Amino acid sequence: MEHSARHTMIFTALLCVVFSVLVSSVAVGLKDRQDENVRLDRIKNVLGVAGLKSTDEDLSAEEMLARFESGLEARVVDLATGEYVEGVDALSFDQRKAAKDSETSEAVPANAAKVRRVPHQVVIYLIKAGDETSGVVIPIEGYGLWSTLYGYLALETDGRTVKGITYYSHGETPGLGGEVDNDRWKALWPGRLAFDDKGKPALRVKKGQAGPAETDPYQVDGLSGATITSRGVSNMLAFWLGRDGFATYIQKFKQQQGGQG
Amino acid sequence: MSKQNEILLDPLIDNNPIGLQVLGICSALAVTTQLDKAIVMTFAVMFVLAASNVIISLLRNQIPGSVRIIAQLTIIASLVMIADQFLRAFLYEISLQLSVFVGLIITNCIIMGRAEAFAMQNKPWPAFLDAIGNSAGYGLVLIAVAIPRELLGSGKLFGVTVLQTVSEGGWYVQNGFMVMAPAAFILIGIFIWAVRAYRPEQVEEEFHVGALFEPGYEGDLR
Repeated sequence: MEHSARHTMIFTALLCVVFSVLVSSVAVGLKDRQDENVRLDRIKNVLGVAGLKSTDEDLSAEEMLARFESGLEARVVDLATGEYVEGVDALSFDQRKAAKDSETSEAVPANAAKVRRVPHQVVIYLIKAGDETSGVVIPIEGYGLWSTLYGYLALETDGRTVKGITYYSHGETPGLGGEVDNDRWKALWPGRLAFDDKGKPALRVKKGQAGPAETDPYQVDGLSGATITSRGVSNMLAFWLGRDGFATYIQKFKQQQGGQG
Repeated sequence: MSKQNEILLDPLIDNNPIGLQVLGICSALAVTTQLDKAIVMTFAVMFVLAASNVIISLLRNQIPGSVRIIAQLTIIASLVMIADQFLRAFLYEISLQLSVFVGLIITNCIIMGRAEAFAMQNKPWPAFLDAIGNSAGYGLVLIAVAIPRELLGSGKLFGVTVLQTVSEGGWYVQNGFMVMAPAAFILIGIFIWAVRAYRPEQVEEEFHVGALFEPGYEGDLR
């Protein structure tokens, strides 16, 4: 239909205003709910990796928050010194934002995990059983085949034995690389050793099948059909357990635990 | 069949947007690895298509011809963002799996196609029926493709184990090919073949490139 130029201008201007108001009000109106979903999903993953929630348990939001509060203590750690940072609220600390800002992060040498910058400060979770610390959850991330995988690794108080691993965000192929979410695969991790006797990061995902944790402690079964995602998992472990990652902190954590016990 | 029924039911088999018009293929490859994803995607497309068809139909006499495509796109893109926001607020886990594909509904040719071909010329009620019919036709193919892909690819339906796979300690060796995009191509091909075997009138005239250069060619260059 033919319309005057004036009509066209008014129509398009009105259309833009009406729809932008609509979209922004929906986005603003739902923001709290969405943020809450992201937070709960994160908490669910931390609980799972810390062994505070079994895989077939379906918890309500309140139950998850209650377990999180009683069983975990979020702390901010300085990566370079391995010391706890006081005066920063760990629960609201945005690590990914910190990793992007050149003020609060540092470029790292080229590495296989394709991590470009690490934040100066990171959030870790101490696993508490009463007053005793029974382990620690550290964040890990690295590139797989299609995407960056974000997850957590939990270690026992010896700073060496793995308690669990989980990924809360990735874009790998469902059924292949996406099997990093498979509970059976995750169940292969507990009991393996993250470091060898000399304290070097040693744990990796092998191509094919690994033995049981007692006899083959440094290897985990590869994901079939997902060689590159498996390699990505190995690479990110090597990076985050290494010098540019948590090596210093884990050393201190171990000493503190040794000192207490 | 009444006119309304025809608008609603025709796109299911006889004029299926994927089967006959071969539109919306890219999303059909991406979201059919699991049945629940396919179903949520169907409803998201249904919401966007129904709302966009109705809005465009209401405005059809106001939309200036010179900017009609971009005006339609503004409406569709806004609706897609709204659908995405709702999924993230209320179906968070599935929205994680659908990831970018909800946003990509904007580029789903079915929606622009129905806006241009139907909503611009028709009243809101028929436009609404057209939207429901077409998105249901799209969803039908999605579900038909998702069932074998999830079942053979991961041994599950709706995430519930049907064939216990070797990695879960069972007997079924997953067909890894099924979870990759080419499998969807093949399954959609089989679907189109089956429909055309049943409705031979859908088969296009045989086409050869030479015909383009023959005098008097008046065919459709689609």
